[in-house]
Amino acid sequence: MQARVFVTLKPSVFDPQGTTVAEALHTLGYETVRDVRQGKYFELEIDAANADEARRLASEAADRLLSNPVIESYRIEVTS
Amino acid sequence: MKFAIVVFPGSNCDHDTYHVAKDVLGQEAELIWHKDRSLNRADVVILPGGFAHGDYLRTGAIARFSPIMHEVSKFAAAGGPVLGICNGFQVLLEAGLLPGAMLRNRSLKFRCEFLHVKVEQTDTPFTLACRPGQNLRMPIAHGDGNYYAEPDVVARLERNRQVIFRYVSAAGEVTDESNPNGSANNIAGICNETRNVVGLMPHPERACELAVGSADGLSVFKSILKWGRESFVEDTLTTMTAEPSTVLNK
Repeated sequence: MQARVFVTLKPSVFDPQGTTVAEALHTLGYETVRDVRQGKYFELEIDAANADEARRLASEAADRLLSNPVIESYRIEVTS
Repeated sequence: MKFAIVVFPGSNCDHDTYHVAKDVLGQEAELIWHKDRSLNRADVVILPGGFAHGDYLRTGAIARFSPIMHEVSKFAAAGGPVLGICNGFQVLLEAGLLPGAMLRNRSLKFRCEFLHVKVEQTDTPFTLACRPGQNLRMPIAHGDGNYYAEPDVVARLERNRQVIFRYVSAAGEVTDESNPNGSANNIAGICNETRNVVGLMPHPERACELAVGSADGLSVFKSILKWGRESFVEDTLTTMTAEPSTVLNK
């Protein structure tokens, strides 16, 4: 099983990197890009019996290590 | 007093801190490897600056799971004084020993320079020898020092007088220009609710001798010694006054 974990800064937290990337895109002429939020992406290869089990484990990993709940939130996708 | 200075893979201010404790203050000091499981009866623990585990994932995120951190947490819970400097502060935040988190500097630049920090509170083991409002000239060297916490958490820190150091101008004013990284309320350092755990981004250990540009950081280290003397007197008095009844009860 593969669990994909997307970690991003919470909407309430200012993202200086994302803002800078957005400004660079504007410089390149991509004026229609309104905003950019930069995050982290993890691929976890998991030995799990089913998708639920893989998701549970990935969620625990995200809570404990992959994200910092003070500033970040995450989303998980599981594929077999 | 005995100083324990924790060494993570990637720590790079460990020897500066050791030098200040050992050579400048003339105290006992020991470098403790992050995989050790004992603080060897230290009186004070310092998590030094650097880039523990290469700052991979997030600053301090991997270091907080080092075996020694279990001992540091126990030591802190028992009231022992713990100081996190720069990366050490980031480790304390990730470990949950202090509230909040660090974001990338708002300028996105790694800032390495001398600046001014105001001592907001003097009732911690690391500011006891400072004057209230004292303006310390110390260097910073970080890319992720933009202190963030939810607004209600920041409000609680202010209410509880847990903001210990604040970035200020040379004249001691809290201004946006004197804020090097975008930290909420110009926060440069905070303490926990029991006031024995303190973290700060500036480097007092790099400002303890005039030869390196400033000796203002000595106030932080002298505070530890003052705290040690006072808590020793307090312990002795408690023991002395407690003794007669203890004897009678036997």
